[in-house]
Amino acid sequence: MTFASQLLQYLFTGLTLGSIYALVALGFTMIYNATGIINLAQGEFVMLGGLIMVFLTMVLKVPLLLGFLLTVVVVTLVGALFERLAIHPLKNVSLITLIIITLAGSILFRGIAMFIWGKDPYALPAFSAGQPVQLWGATLQLQIFWILAITLLVVLGIGFFFKRTLTGKAMMACAFNPLASQLVGINVRKMVLVSFSLSAAVGAIAGTIITPITLMEYDRGPLLALKGFAAAVLGGLGSGPGSVVAGFIIGILESFGAGLISSGYKDAIALLILLIILWVRPSGLFGNREESELKKF
Amino acid sequence: MSGEILRVRNMQKTFGGLRAIDNLSFAVAGGMIQSIIGPNGAGKTTLFNLITGIFPPSGGNFEFAGRTLNGLRPHVIARLGISRTFQNVELFGNMTVLENVMLGRHSRTSAGIFSAGFRLPGMQQEEKGIKEAALEELRFMGLESKANLNAVSLPLGEQKLLEVARALASQPRLLLLDEPAAGLNMRETGKLSETILRIRDRGITVMLVEHDMSLVMEISDGVLVLNYGRMIAEGPPRKIQRNPEVIAAYLGEEAEDA
Amino acid sequence: MKKKDVYTLLWITIAVGLFPWAAGGTDYFNTLLVFLGINAITTMGLTLLMGYAGQISLGHAAFFGLGAYSSGILTTQYSLHPAVAFCIGILLAAAIAYVVGKPTLRLKGHYMAVATLGFGEILFIVFNELSPLTGGPSGLSGIPPLTFWGYPIEGALYLYLVWGLVILLLLFSLNVINSRVGRALRALHGSERAANAMGVDASGYKVQVFILSAIYASMAGSLYAHFVTFISPGSFSLMFSILLLMMVVVGGAETIWGAIVGAAVLTLLPEYLRGLEDFEVLAYGTILMVVLLFMPRGILDGVQRLFSPSKEAGAKGP
Repeated sequence: MTFASQLLQYLFTGLTLGSIYALVALGFTMIYNATGIINLAQGEFVMLGGLIMVFLTMVLKVPLLLGFLLTVVVVTLVGALFERLAIHPLKNVSLITLIIITLAGSILFRGIAMFIWGKDPYALPAFSAGQPVQLWGATLQLQIFWILAITLLVVLGIGFFFKRTLTGKAMMACAFNPLASQLVGINVRKMVLVSFSLSAAVGAIAGTIITPITLMEYDRGPLLALKGFAAAVLGGLGSGPGSVVAGFIIGILESFGAGLISSGYKDAIALLILLIILWVRPSGLFGNREESELKKF
Repeated sequence: MSGEILRVRNMQKTFGGLRAIDNLSFAVAGGMIQSIIGPNGAGKTTLFNLITGIFPPSGGNFEFAGRTLNGLRPHVIARLGISRTFQNVELFGNMTVLENVMLGRHSRTSAGIFSAGFRLPGMQQEEKGIKEAALEELRFMGLESKANLNAVSLPLGEQKLLEVARALASQPRLLLLDEPAAGLNMRETGKLSETILRIRDRGITVMLVEHDMSLVMEISDGVLVLNYGRMIAEGPPRKIQRNPEVIAAYLGEEAEDA
Repeated sequence: MKKKDVYTLLWITIAVGLFPWAAGGTDYFNTLLVFLGINAITTMGLTLLMGYAGQISLGHAAFFGLGAYSSGILTTQYSLHPAVAFCIGILLAAAIAYVVGKPTLRLKGHYMAVATLGFGEILFIVFNELSPLTGGPSGLSGIPPLTFWGYPIEGALYLYLVWGLVILLLLFSLNVINSRVGRALRALHGSERAANAMGVDASGYKVQVFILSAIYASMAGSLYAHFVTFISPGSFSLMFSILLLMMVVVGGAETIWGAIVGAAVLTLLPEYLRGLEDFEVLAYGTILMVVLLFMPRGILDGVQRLFSPSKEAGAKGP
């Protein structure tokens, strides 16, 4: 393989990874926009998406599309349940307690997953059978195209939801000013529920599309969450398009780093980016500096 | 009781599009009680926040006892001798009344983690001194009987007094009180008035943001009137009372409400 | 220091002193209590950071690991005296805590949590990847046990060593809490703005207490390394950081005694879960949830409330 085609390979791997990080980042952003909190269990939604899809299509032999839809529905319910049982009952709690509750949620989900599926990784077949495509010397699995396409659809869909629908705009109003939102009749509590449900759905989709390539195991969550959060912050916490772009940036950087520098340290690359962003410019690439200083968290 | 203790020159502060303080200049003489009045949103608390270093000015400078304070961080400014209370009482709810005031003494003491952890004799001496000074200030404010209660278990009026005691413990040269009478009844306000005079008698210069006009007129040596971030009048209380612009902008509205 | 603190310290000292005799010299209980002591040390530091100063760290396993690897590597590969390695571990942990802490502790809540998480993960990766030094994923073995002029420190003696340090650090911590520094830490937890206005250099103190907690963790790590004589990165993963956090929260973040209680609960509990490996992570998640939702001030506070319900209401948590 020529060097150029190697680079192209890295690029496509980066785009693939980036899609997942973008989706996770989107999940973070949605919950943050509606509630002002960071959901540390975000990665677990992805993990559950992958593992439940495996269970439905491999064990129960449910057809692909139906399995996909069911998976998304189930994980969405999990997200909604989490909000109702763990977030909703909390009144007047300190920030640290909130953070730890979502952390506890993530541990709980991991524990349940470990109990049901054990510690082994599980595989899914690609969404469409066929030989990998050759493009300018790089070998691209078909699944990559599925990933990019579905990610694009989700991003556009979420964008439409926030910009054009009443519910979406209502959600954005809530994080900005919960009191004012309540005064104009927005049911803030319901918005929180919607945001968790949507984030779970997006996470689940990410999990289902990536498992054919990277497999899925019970403890994939935390690292995904960290990298997704890195993307969310890099893009400017609260900015949907920002998170998505940043997700791809991080995916590509990680892929090139793994290929050109060292694959052992590849995870550390995204994490280092995270730390540097937080330390140097927490408002991210597309965020508003003054605005981020005024934000609660 | 000497010359200027605080001088503000051409101070500006803008937040995004909003000009909170606009070309403000004034001086405060040592030993006086200077009140700052003005309608809500006139920039009074912003002024206090600027003086205490919570954010830097967008323009202009200010000097305290001849030293420029621009850009200094709040804890440094506190150590130089400026203390304050807050509009919404900010006590340490996780500590007792006495501990709150003892914390006030922080800037005048120096024991670090190691001398504290190993209870070195120097540190023990210092602790005794801190405790005594704190009890003194509690006595001064009439709160010594409540020393071991949790700070936020006190009624609002006493919480405000506690905040003053805490600020006094830092041995300030300049004390900024942000709406100390807010939420107090007439008797409490009278006591506050007397307390501020006693603070002045200790040689501490007092700057006071207030809405309670009777308090302001009764104890101030000078009054500064702000509106929309600009100074519209300055002078002794009697003069301010008669200033037509002030009456229009502020007191006039009060007369209508009364 | 309050009288009841002194009495509690006394009781602990007596209990530890009598323990080996009461436990009948079985190795099992001795080992358990050694681990309990080691965890208590790390947890105390974390409690000072989280409960008193009101900050958060989700990456403290890294400092524990730094202490363990410093002691392990320096005594095996460089044949340094354990005491020297111990001190170098402390210096290393303190230095890294300073470098990482300065920018991280300026961050607000969630950002600080995630930054410490990221830091912990990075160090975990480093422990795994730096194989020539750390032995990589297969770990580092042959760490020499401690000796006192040739006489081996093991069994009950190691117990006394560890708990001797626990008691010393308890004393140190209590002294700090009841001092000017302790008040400053609690003040910045109560209201950072007011603390700054009273001359407390809030950011400075945050870094200081972070460094202190890193030092505690490093000491614990060194003692751990010499006790188990074999260490691997798996022991210093995110899961352990979370476990430490749980020890703080479950015991009760607001008092230093909570650290002991929390460490006790979460060191002894896995023993009961030993047979039910599949349940382990699930159990941790459930416990944490339950405590946060129903006993946000921790078990110690919850139990105290049972015996004296007159305590003030207002369950705010850590």
